[in-house]
Amino acid sequence: MKQITGAALMAAFSVVASASQADTVLSVTTDGNAETVAAMEALTAAYTAAHPDVTFEIENRPGGADGDNLVKTRLSTKEAGDILQYNSGSLFQALKPTESLADLSGIAGQANVLDSFKSVVTASDGTVRGIPFGAAMGGGIYYNKKIYAELGLSVPKTWAEFMANNEKIKAAGKVAVAQTYGDTWSSQLFVLADYYNVQAAVPAFAADYTANKAKYATSPAAMAGFQHLEDVFKAGYLNPDFGAAKFDDGVRMVATGEAAHYPMLTFALGNIKQNFAANLNDVGFFAQPGPDAAKNGLTVWMPAGLYIPAASEHQAEAKDFLSFVASVDGCNLMIKTNGATGPYLIKGCELPADVPAAVADMMPYFKAEGMTAPALEFLSPIKGPALEQITVEVGSGIRPAAEAAALYDQDVEKQAKQLGLPGWQ
Amino acid sequence: MKRKSPYPYWFVLPAGVVFTVLFLVPTVASFWFSMTRWDLYTAEFIGFDNYTQFFKEPFLIQGLVNTLIYALATSGAKSVLGLLLAVLLTSGLWGQGFLRTVSFFPVLVSTIGVGITFAVLMHPTKGIFNLFLAQFGIIGPGWLTNPELALYSIAFVDLWKGIGLATVIYIAGLAAISQDYYEAARIDGATRLQQFWRVTVPLVRPATVTVVTLSLIGGLRSFDLIWAMTRGGPGFSSDVLASVIYKQYQAGFYGLSTAGNVILFLLIATIVLPMTWWFNRREVDL
Repeated sequence: MKQITGAALMAAFSVVASASQADTVLSVTTDGNAETVAAMEALTAAYTAAHPDVTFEIENRPGGADGDNLVKTRLSTKEAGDILQYNSGSLFQALKPTESLADLSGIAGQANVLDSFKSVVTASDGTVRGIPFGAAMGGGIYYNKKIYAELGLSVPKTWAEFMANNEKIKAAGKVAVAQTYGDTWSSQLFVLADYYNVQAAVPAFAADYTANKAKYATSPAAMAGFQHLEDVFKAGYLNPDFGAAKFDDGVRMVATGEAAHYPMLTFALGNIKQNFAANLNDVGFFAQPGPDAAKNGLTVWMPAGLYIPAASEHQAEAKDFLSFVASVDGCNLMIKTNGATGPYLIKGCELPADVPAAVADMMPYFKAEGMTAPALEFLSPIKGPALEQITVEVGSGIRPAAEAAALYDQDVEKQAKQLGLPGWQ
Repeated sequence: MKRKSPYPYWFVLPAGVVFTVLFLVPTVASFWFSMTRWDLYTAEFIGFDNYTQFFKEPFLIQGLVNTLIYALATSGAKSVLGLLLAVLLTSGLWGQGFLRTVSFFPVLVSTIGVGITFAVLMHPTKGIFNLFLAQFGIIGPGWLTNPELALYSIAFVDLWKGIGLATVIYIAGLAAISQDYYEAARIDGATRLQQFWRVTVPLVRPATVTVVTLSLIGGLRSFDLIWAMTRGGPGFSSDVLASVIYKQYQAGFYGLSTAGNVILFLLIATIVLPMTWWFNRREVDL
């Protein structure tokens, strides 16, 4: 009896084994944002239609610091699956890409990728380890066009004009600025999206900051972002549930006119298209204004990348899928799914003529010379991990801006030491 | 003369291997890793730098104070209210068995589930707590978004969730007290209150020791409920030692977070070891 069971088990195992040789299942990990999931589902479905022997299992991970932790732990325990969607820039560098991610310099799709993206997924040894997933983003402020029309407001070019608009909106009994500290990462925008204004005032800030020569607390231009957070709170412009509201609430508020402004990256447009399609053209966008109307420009984020963990057992299949994502067809499929949320980093991938209002507001910054600057996390490998808690504190009136900037400098120092950068030891 | 055990020593081998592999080796290894700059791939020895860095951590002091407040508040409330509840539930009340079950039920529910549920109930504008208060025209506070209040709101939920266990331990302790003492006290003319103070409280001491020790240790290393409800926020205002450590781990500072864990281990040991020794000694005196 025992022998018969054993033989039956052996037979069962060999059936399973032969089935798995014929079909490859690629496991994909992405963040849980509606637009990421929609794009990934569309891409994998199209790829499986063309290659019936390759199927996908998509798993969603949390965003923010929880997501960073999960990705790092899985990579180091070699359990990160076959394809990983994750930030480019400084967060990519913190993954130790030379150890954890496969070299994608040689894959076919890389020929289509613009150099500006390659530079933010290049490991310390000069190899390219990712391909772009999604469109380049602007960091700035969404505004509700109906409220602006109703109150006769115009798009602000300086921070003072922005605050004057807020005052009028508040006087009209509306919420001027939506903030969503329930998702702590969303609290960083006023600081991070201010980087165009920082570099306009101090062109060498990124290099000096990386070399331990420039600090947030002692650079007035860099401090301004923290000050903005404090000012908006103190003036009472926020939604009453700012401490508990989440990203999805912020998107809803600005899309449906519950609030006039929401500081956010333009990837949120995908979310508006998925959840509030009827309001898509009620939402406009402007760059975070600085002190000088003549120097008004946009802070730009590179999209997240797709990577292949070094430990993946399906390197060839995963690379072929990534080449498809980096093709013009893959790019067009993403535009079809989420709408045109910004310029793509793929050669020959053009945006359609009828883009949503917020994208139409953003595109002029990209077309003119010197109107955009990359966010600091693409110019320096150091981003302090506690920034999102510190910005929640400033934005909730718990800690004054100057003290917060000094605190963030300490956090930055810790990260620089962990990365083993020169000039910090 | 000590009698030789009839069993050979290698009977302990299976348990010994499990204990060594899963407890001893990681404990020793963590002392080593706490002195390195570790990124899970390479570990560079840096001596006590992680410890100096950890003590420089700006939120460490607040986290430490919060940990102590949280541990003392929850263990104090659990032992006092747990005893009162146990006395009530052993007094021959109608439906006593059912009420005991009800008071124990929250213990069985997942802590994360409880945390997420209460976070929804305590939402400043849409939560049931503040909607209820609004019925009476009271504008409820931001239970979890007010930095002054967040830690106490979590401690309240911890109490709700953990009091059932304390009550069960006290019920067992009360059952162990001989009725003769109460009879003697009644003959001497003691009131119910005197019986409680002079008979119940001293004789239920073994249960008190268990409840205080368990809930104090639980409070000192509490993490899951806090993380599910506020993630130490808003900002850093409900951070405790364990969440400060976890955030270092989250950020990829593995050596630093290991150093933090060593410190937490030493802290719990220095508080709990003398305490149990003191409690046990008093028990012998009685």
